[in-house]
Amino acid sequence: MRSILPVLTVIAAICGIWYLAAVRMNATWVYDQAAREGREVMLVDLVAETLTQERPVLPAPHQVVKGLWDGVAGQKITSKRSLVYHGWVTLSATLLGFAMGSVAGILLAVGIVYNRAMDLSVMPWAIASQTIPILAIAPMIIVVLNSLGVTGILPKAIISAYLSFFPVVVGMVKGLRSPDAMQLDLLRTYSATGAQTFGKLRLPSSMPYLFASLKVGVAASLVGTIVGELPTGAVAGLGSRLLSGSYYGQTVQIWAALFAAAAVAAGLVGLIGWIERATLKRMGMVR
Amino acid sequence: MAQPVIEARDLNLVFQTGDGPVQALKDVNLTIGQGDFVSFIGPSGCGKTTFLRCIAALEHPTSGVLKVNGMSPDEARRRRAYGYVFQAAGLYPWRTIAGNIRLPLEIMGFSRDEQEERVKNVLQLVDLDGFGKKFPWQLSGGMQQRASIARALAFDADILLMDEPFGALDEIVRDRLNEELLKLWARTGKTIGFVTHSIPEAVYLSTKIVVMSPRPGRISDVIESPLPRERPLEIRDSKEFIEIAHRVRDGLRAGHGDAM
Repeated sequence: MRSILPVLTVIAAICGIWYLAAVRMNATWVYDQAAREGREVMLVDLVAETLTQERPVLPAPHQVVKGLWDGVAGQKITSKRSLVYHGWVTLSATLLGFAMGSVAGILLAVGIVYNRAMDLSVMPWAIASQTIPILAIAPMIIVVLNSLGVTGILPKAIISAYLSFFPVVVGMVKGLRSPDAMQLDLLRTYSATGAQTFGKLRLPSSMPYLFASLKVGVAASLVGTIVGELPTGAVAGLGSRLLSGSYYGQTVQIWAALFAAAAVAAGLVGLIGWIERATLKRMGMVR
Repeated sequence: MAQPVIEARDLNLVFQTGDGPVQALKDVNLTIGQGDFVSFIGPSGCGKTTFLRCIAALEHPTSGVLKVNGMSPDEARRRRAYGYVFQAAGLYPWRTIAGNIRLPLEIMGFSRDEQEERVKNVLQLVDLDGFGKKFPWQLSGGMQQRASIARALAFDADILLMDEPFGALDEIVRDRLNEELLKLWARTGKTIGFVTHSIPEAVYLSTKIVVMSPRPGRISDVIESPLPRERPLEIRDSKEFIEIAHRVRDGLRAGHGDAM
């Protein structure tokens, strides 16, 4: 309970700054309108008019909240205007992509740790892959896969996997290498096989590292999916809501979609955190 | 005469390092008999740990002959000739104490029933009855090290190799564990190789003290202890004890002197 006051203070501060910024940024339009109509703008009018515009430069917090509420609860969830519908489209592709990326990341990490050739060759490529702007490569992936007849959820999931495998590789390599020389010597004195060393020492030791990188990976996964939804012609998904919002200047819609995406990301990271605690607790690693 | 448990003849080990070759062991000759308690003492870099690791086949000598139970160290390891205790207990934090002791048994393929039986027996042997279900962090440092000794004893090796096992513990705990180790040795009749920095520890525990000196690592003196096998802690005030400690100290000083 003690932590709630600081949290509320920070939120209140952010809202305060946000309202001030909204008034300031939307004021130009109000002044233009007033000039055209030849009337004076009082401060009270200014505040009232800047915070209730239909297409503000920066929507005020309460407008975003209303937009979110309309999107989530104001529609049937099968409606094309429902954030639940679009959220689910994005979430399902994110989960698929995250699963693919995590499995690929773990397999690559095992290869890097156990195979010297992979150790020297894979990591530079993995790093290079992350230096390419995802915005540049995403449309190409979509187009290439489309011409191969792969459509629907899979192309998005692949872009999502492309972003999420990297933190998993890095964390897992570190984790699998975390046992010290003494731990490895101990298993040598038992004449343990490579598979036993992996299963009984390296894999359990890597768990804390794995979960830390899964949290980063799942957030990256969501970003990848949203980016993957942009070039598909804005059919469905939070990404398409962002895009169509910017086409038509629907800033409230953009912000609502952004907050929906943030909520999904927070939920996913929270879910992994919960799995982490449960797993480490079962392993006896939580005091 | 019975076959020696460990026999080293003209053993040399040279490490190739970035600064050129380093002679870790030079012309080491040593015979250890069944049931001996042998301490290796000397300053850092004298090769005492390296020699222990050679016996365990964790390092391989560059020349000379080393036999463990009449076999090569690798062969002996496959036959589970020894249990190894490291300086740190090195228990897996995700396994209970019993789970940690079960680790070598799982790897060596003991049946589930036999695992339970053996875990129970060695826990009793190191006086950790009833701590099997605890996790390592719930135990003190001394208890963790006892658990690691239990782990090394679980699969019934004849030889126990200990690399400064009590080095990280305070003196009171250390005294107690030394006393318990002697009892354990008397009960099990194992051959023990024990690396230490401490002269009193070496003299108190050993039937044979191997004094080593550095650069290159070599044996400078081997002292057969005249102390009886039954040793109360008070023996450390006896004349014989002090005499042996003197000889060890002289050996260490001499070894250091001609290396300067």
